[in-house]
Amino acid sequence: MTLSNYMNRKELLGFVILAVVIFLVLPLALDTFRLNLFGKYLTYAFVAIGLALCWGAGGILSLGQGIFFGLGGYCMAMFLKLEASTPENTSIQSTPGIPDFMDWNQLTELPVWWQPFYSLGFTMLAVVMVPVVFAFIIGFAMFTRRVGGVYFAIITQAFAAILTILIIGQQGYTGGVNGITDLRTLMGWDIRTDEAKNILYFVNGVLLFAVLFVAQFVRKSKLGRLLIAMRDQEDRVRFSGYNVANFKIFIFCLGAAFAGIGGAMFTLQVGFMSPTLVGIVPSIEMVIFCAVGGRLSILGAVYGALLVNLAKTTFSEGFPELWLLGLGGLFIAVVMAFPNGLAGLWSEKVEPWIEKTLKKTKVAEAPGPNKAPAE
Amino acid sequence: MSDKGKTNVSQGMSRRAMLAGGAALTGTLFMPKGLKAADYPTSAVNTTGLAVTDDTVTCGILHSITGTMAISETGSVQAEKLAIEQINAQGGILGRKIEYVQEDGASDWPTFAEKAKKLLVNDKVASVMGCWTSASRKAVLPVFEQYNGFLYYPTFYEGLEESPNVIYTGQEATQQIIAGLDWVNKEKGAKTFYLLGSDYIWPRTSNKIARKHIENFMDGCKVVGEEYYPLGHTQFNSVINKIRLKKPDVIYAIVVGGSNVAFYKQLTAAGIDPAAEKPLVLTISVTEDEIRGIGGENIAGSYACMKYFQSLQNENNLEFVKAFKEMWGEDIVIGDVTQAAYLGPWLWKAAVEKAGSFDVDKVRAAQVGIELPSAPEGYVKVHENHHLWSKTRVGKAQADGQYEVVFETADLVEPDPFPEGYQ
Repeated sequence: MTLSNYMNRKELLGFVILAVVIFLVLPLALDTFRLNLFGKYLTYAFVAIGLALCWGAGGILSLGQGIFFGLGGYCMAMFLKLEASTPENTSIQSTPGIPDFMDWNQLTELPVWWQPFYSLGFTMLAVVMVPVVFAFIIGFAMFTRRVGGVYFAIITQAFAAILTILIIGQQGYTGGVNGITDLRTLMGWDIRTDEAKNILYFVNGVLLFAVLFVAQFVRKSKLGRLLIAMRDQEDRVRFSGYNVANFKIFIFCLGAAFAGIGGAMFTLQVGFMSPTLVGIVPSIEMVIFCAVGGRLSILGAVYGALLVNLAKTTFSEGFPELWLLGLGGLFIAVVMAFPNGLAGLWSEKVEPWIEKTLKKTKVAEAPGPNKAPAE
Repeated sequence: MSDKGKTNVSQGMSRRAMLAGGAALTGTLFMPKGLKAADYPTSAVNTTGLAVTDDTVTCGILHSITGTMAISETGSVQAEKLAIEQINAQGGILGRKIEYVQEDGASDWPTFAEKAKKLLVNDKVASVMGCWTSASRKAVLPVFEQYNGFLYYPTFYEGLEESPNVIYTGQEATQQIIAGLDWVNKEKGAKTFYLLGSDYIWPRTSNKIARKHIENFMDGCKVVGEEYYPLGHTQFNSVINKIRLKKPDVIYAIVVGGSNVAFYKQLTAAGIDPAAEKPLVLTISVTEDEIRGIGGENIAGSYACMKYFQSLQNENNLEFVKAFKEMWGEDIVIGDVTQAAYLGPWLWKAAVEKAGSFDVDKVRAAQVGIELPSAPEGYVKVHENHHLWSKTRVGKAQADGQYEVVFETADLVEPDPFPEGYQ
């Protein structure tokens, strides 16, 4: 695949603009607190990109992406919690050296499955692999049985609910409804300082672009074209000899991996993880980010996540008693005015305008027989 | 129930009613010190860049006003606003009017953390009145410790915490539990207890303390059962059957939120009438606010162990209830946590004026030992562990949704967030 196949001029322009926004405009324009907030919004963008592939390209609507975001986040939180729970820090507990919530729940030793999370290497692997394995199990069970569409969406939603109940119910092992809180250092590096927050923001941005490049590669590859074919005419693809289920499983797992990375970055930047990020509501919110951005566009997904969360923060700061109405109004407005989301707005309104302006200047520069008729 | 908060919030109150309420309290309870801002130059009272000007000081209010917790937290917001208005009516703190920035935690713990940070970093608030659930407090705690903010936390909770950046104006678990158990043992001759609760840290820790107390400190008493149900659970028939089988003297219930409605209705339907006191129902999780949802007739006759009931007949409380109703409407009820939230701004004022400064480190140092004789619950005092010395009271639920106070401890109960022998 040559570079021009991989990314045409227009798409390159989109990537460059986003890079400028994330790496230059936002850091220069915002103080650390706001920048950290944007870092948090961008972690949702990882999920939205995955959804743009699964749903926009592949037609697989998952209402359970919070599962994978949460699993990635919890893996990271477990590592950080173990690091924060040194025997010195936890000397007031009945059993020093284990996370505080285990002590409250009368656990006297660290459960076996927590042990590997002492290792950063294992944790980083787990951040990606745990969501992927989980997605594979769900995907394998569903897609090989040709469960799709609404039924698949409902089942993923059920999984999100089940996982939330499981986490809340097993509070001795998971921190329950409080989640895993009070995370402090990563390999001795204090993640709560302003400097760390700035660095994490850029790490987050770089990872986001890595994910975007992978997503772009998938879209432009044969796989990407097959996905769109499957979305539009699944049976024809199947009759052409392709194993539809395998492609679906793959893209679903890829989306899960993206979400897991996003979850881990969320934990690092926000400093805790809780079941409120796993359940049905956040999962649906993530679909909304993707829809507002334009579900066909991976860049749109990033902007969608940014815009919706920014609106959420701004409305709730300005109108603490009415902000939900404002947010609802925004969704309705976007869906009514731009059915293809922000990406639709861009390709239908902004791009033609740019081209027109460009043409005009070109024409103006080169007067001659080709001169366009007066407008 | 949901319209209660909304209509009253939007009604607000007339300026006159507010001043009248404030003045009434000022007259008898809070003798204004008449401090003038000019005597306390801003450069001296604020050396850490807080939002303090020559005539105002800004604090934060951080509760859920949307989402599932809104119904519980609305009362706290109302109480805090009332206290702030009253303090302003008598001249503010160090001659400075209190202004507040209100943020919505939206019943979502990450949002709480985000908003807490916003209040401390962006708005530079001098203190925050806020949080309700333990989960939200746990989420904001690292933020307050990192940016050295100061939080007044109103809810009775499980203890096991003593942050230098938090004043806990509600009771920690031992303050709410031990006196009530002793009382049912002595007054009602109860010997056997069935513990049950919602499944999260507060009920579990509370029941752990209750069990230790029953087994180790109460002669001949024992726990005959202990069960937990997920938040929002509505099927209590199986546990009710077990209760009928075990025939305990006391059902010790720490069921929270909406589950209470199902629990008390099913209890009554199964022939266990709380009014009959056989077995007796004792709870630490149902305030007047919750009774509005449960329905007074379903719970009448059961006992609750709290530090405050709306029906307290002391003068402080009569005026507090009157001012509260003037500000927020006649049909409002005031629960234990609402009263504790009301103490927050007053305790802050007292500490700031004792310290002569808004700086958090100085306020923290001044806060310990502060006495508030004017509290609606009666005299309270701040312990060096940042909790309050408070009395514990037992109330008997009435069909009209109020509690009749049947017992109160003779002395203030010392807060003990890390109780020895109960771990």
